[in-house]
Amino acid sequence: MSSPAPVLQSEWTKIRTVASTKWTLLLALLVTVALGAVVSAVMNNTFDDLEGVELATFDPTYVSFAGTSLGQLAMIVFGVLVVGTEYSSGMIRTSLQAVPRRGLFYVCKIAAATALAFVVAMLTSFLTFFLGQALLGDHAASIGDENVLRAVVGGGLYMTLIAMLAMGVATMLRSSMLSLGILMPFMFLVSPILSAVPGAKDFARYLPDQAGSRIMRVVPNALNSGETPYGPWGGIGIMLLWVAAALIGGYLVLKNRDA
Amino acid sequence: MIEARGLSKRYGDKWAVYNLSFDVRPGAVTGFLGPNGAGKSTTMRLILGLDEPTAGTVTVGGHPFRRLPNAPRQVGALLDAKAVHGGRTARAHLKCLAQLSGIPDRRVDEVLDVVGLLGVAFQRSKGFSLGMSQRLGIAAALLGDPQVLLFDEPVNGLDPEGIRWVRELMKRLAAEGRTVFVSSHLMSEMSLTADHLIVIGRGQLIADTSVKDFIERSASGYALVRTPDEDQTATLTTALTEAGGSVEALPDGALKVTGVPLPGISDLAHEADVRLWELSPHSGSLEEAYMALTQPAVDFRSTTDRRAGLLQELPPPPAPVLPQSSEVLESEAAR
Amino acid sequence: MTKRYGKTLAVDNLSFQVHPGHVTGFLGPNGAGKSTTMRIMLDLDAPTAGGVRIDGKHYRELAEPLSYMGALLEAKAMHGGRSAYNNLLCLAQSNRIPRARVDEVLDIVGLSAVARKKSKGFSLGMGQRLGIASALLGDPKILMFDEPVNGLDPEGIHWIRNLMKNLAAQGRTVFVSSHLMSEMALTADHLIVIGQGRLLADTSMADFIATNSRSYVRVRSPQHEELKDAFQRAGLTAVEVGDGSFEVEGADAAKAIGELAAQNSLTLHELSPQQASLEEAFMQMTAGSVEYHAHHPGDPTTPGAPGPQWGPGWGGAPAGDDTEKKG
Repeated sequence: MSSPAPVLQSEWTKIRTVASTKWTLLLALLVTVALGAVVSAVMNNTFDDLEGVELATFDPTYVSFAGTSLGQLAMIVFGVLVVGTEYSSGMIRTSLQAVPRRGLFYVCKIAAATALAFVVAMLTSFLTFFLGQALLGDHAASIGDENVLRAVVGGGLYMTLIAMLAMGVATMLRSSMLSLGILMPFMFLVSPILSAVPGAKDFARYLPDQAGSRIMRVVPNALNSGETPYGPWGGIGIMLLWVAAALIGGYLVLKNRDA
Repeated sequence: MIEARGLSKRYGDKWAVYNLSFDVRPGAVTGFLGPNGAGKSTTMRLILGLDEPTAGTVTVGGHPFRRLPNAPRQVGALLDAKAVHGGRTARAHLKCLAQLSGIPDRRVDEVLDVVGLLGVAFQRSKGFSLGMSQRLGIAAALLGDPQVLLFDEPVNGLDPEGIRWVRELMKRLAAEGRTVFVSSHLMSEMSLTADHLIVIGRGQLIADTSVKDFIERSASGYALVRTPDEDQTATLTTALTEAGGSVEALPDGALKVTGVPLPGISDLAHEADVRLWELSPHSGSLEEAYMALTQPAVDFRSTTDRRAGLLQELPPPPAPVLPQSSEVLESEAAR
Repeated sequence: MTKRYGKTLAVDNLSFQVHPGHVTGFLGPNGAGKSTTMRIMLDLDAPTAGGVRIDGKHYRELAEPLSYMGALLEAKAMHGGRSAYNNLLCLAQSNRIPRARVDEVLDIVGLSAVARKKSKGFSLGMGQRLGIASALLGDPKILMFDEPVNGLDPEGIHWIRNLMKNLAAQGRTVFVSSHLMSEMALTADHLIVIGQGRLLADTSMADFIATNSRSYVRVRSPQHEELKDAFQRAGLTAVEVGDGSFEVEGADAAKAIGELAAQNSLTLHELSPQQASLEEAFMQMTAGSVEYHAHHPGDPTTPGAPGPQWGPGWGGAPAGDDTEKKG
């Protein structure tokens, strides 16, 4: 039986040797950090305009993570392409010839991609926090403040989980275009719109992106974003369930469909 | 009739085609041969006015393609089978083409029938196999009932039945007096289909001749001779050698004889009192002839580890040393 | 082995063996189930019933399968954004094949010079060579090629033909599918022919041609009339052909005719046993299979319309072609 180590190494080589990896991850980092920095700087200059609840729930940590909403899209593209290009290029048939045990193949592929996504996401998270705080001037939070470290680590976890979700979905759908066509509008349109509709709001809270992003808030209802029925780790837990469902769905499709 | 005169095309600093002059005449199937990267596709594109020659001209029926009046009715071409909008049905695809050149819709069904796609006329072409796409491409080429037809690797993806059909189709088109110009890498197929050959290598003309002459000139025919036993075989070998023939014994006991014509072998056997159990003529194959002509350095081929990258840079023309060089593969990759 | 896609039976209770030391050709019209069969062998598709064993094991049970069985299914089954070298490296690493072997196979197929180029810029012929390289990567005992000469130029065709023969001569199992009968005739020793998912023949090349086509001996002599008389006296049926030669039925007739000519002191200018081409034999056999199926209107693969399922008139049954495309 082939063992995981060589397969992991092979999957790592696959990720390492395509240009899209570099571009998507670099973009995820740059967009998140840059947008976070811009929003932080703007917040710093317009802080005096804040009033009422918004002022009371001001959350400098969360402000610096404003770029996540856009940066996560690049993470999604990374996750989708890692799996999707196997199908679009026909490489999947060559890969499965080399590693016919599909479970092993799948686990190694997800593991290699997740490890890389995790490193980049953590780096992004800390960078965006420190740069954001620097630009927030007098209103900044410190990494030593209560719950702040949790939020920053959580930001990295969130980005990693988003990438994993994308990998699972792409394995289920076996197509990059289709996966992006579903995930992108979902993150950008469906989820925000649902959360703005009064009736659907309670449901929207349980969507993976909304539940997962709770962990980045130090103040529970930061900037008047509304209370959630779950805590930061509860939110990550909900997101984990989504990710697990996507990955298991992907596994079942890979296991049972003809390649 | 296709006429090329001094046709040259340069991509960057590489001559894809250099100083090609040939005629493709009506009433015959003309095969267009050459190794990968020899410039066959470029030549086809130049004929069809898709690329502009750097120097020289190529005309179809006396006009450059771009100035042909109602070109689709005069020239039909199959270049790339998959160059079809996959979302359209086979019939819609042909109808678009027909409308562009004022061909009645009725003709669309006609050609679909000819290529055997009538049953899938309303299916989207992206679900087509390579063989079906190839048939659709051939249908498109036939659409305008043109006098000049160009096919690039027409049997690609077809099954034996389809291959035979294309072969007969091309012969029929030529028999109707049309000009049929077809490129292929399949020598055995070409030897069955083509009457005339144009061979290029490294963008330059190597041969422009009938298939028969081409084979006779470049491949060696031989006679296969078999006798009842070893003694008679030995006797005959001696007799043949004395008569100036060259004899090679094959592992199964037969003799491969060159240099003595069949009746001569028969007479020698008779004189030596040797009975013949087989005396069959074997003409050289087109593949042999082609290999001999395009690969003067045969030694390079005899190993399994055929290394690309052995040959030099493309010399400034003329100097037809033939491909196999990394540089040819690279220029292909660049395109 | 059986494989069903929806209502279409792509492979129907197929059983055969492929032995080492030979090049075994795998023939059949489009949609006959060749690709499906090959995919099932590699565990890419799951059979509806039955299965394939490689030396007694399922493909997925093979430890490091690339060193056991190498296959070229389609030329472009590689990531276009990755270089040829890296594409092979990924495969090599997963089966613990040393890096040096990657350079070696690239050299064998003649792609060394473009090893660092992204494979999406490759022509079909180069893609084919890359696919062949991946099949050779693990130096496997079993090799499987689906239409290997596709896109290759005559030089490349010549090369792959010799490569396959050499691999078989080394005692490996070589299984190759192709539509090019003339190519097959030059390469394969043994044939497995399927039509509409069923086994039509599993026989040696020589037997296949002998059983499925007419063989005869062509005789030519300057003493035409004397020869004719000699034939008559010997009771041999010789048909006069327009160009002044005779045709005598049966491949073994040559010896008898040679003796006959010697006895009668006749000079022969030609005495050549003629065999039909593989193509003719193949056409004869598969045409038979089609007629056979036309008598079974209930067969799901024959949707009502009489006539051939493939070839010029196959328009009625694209389903078979679709299965070739699937995946």
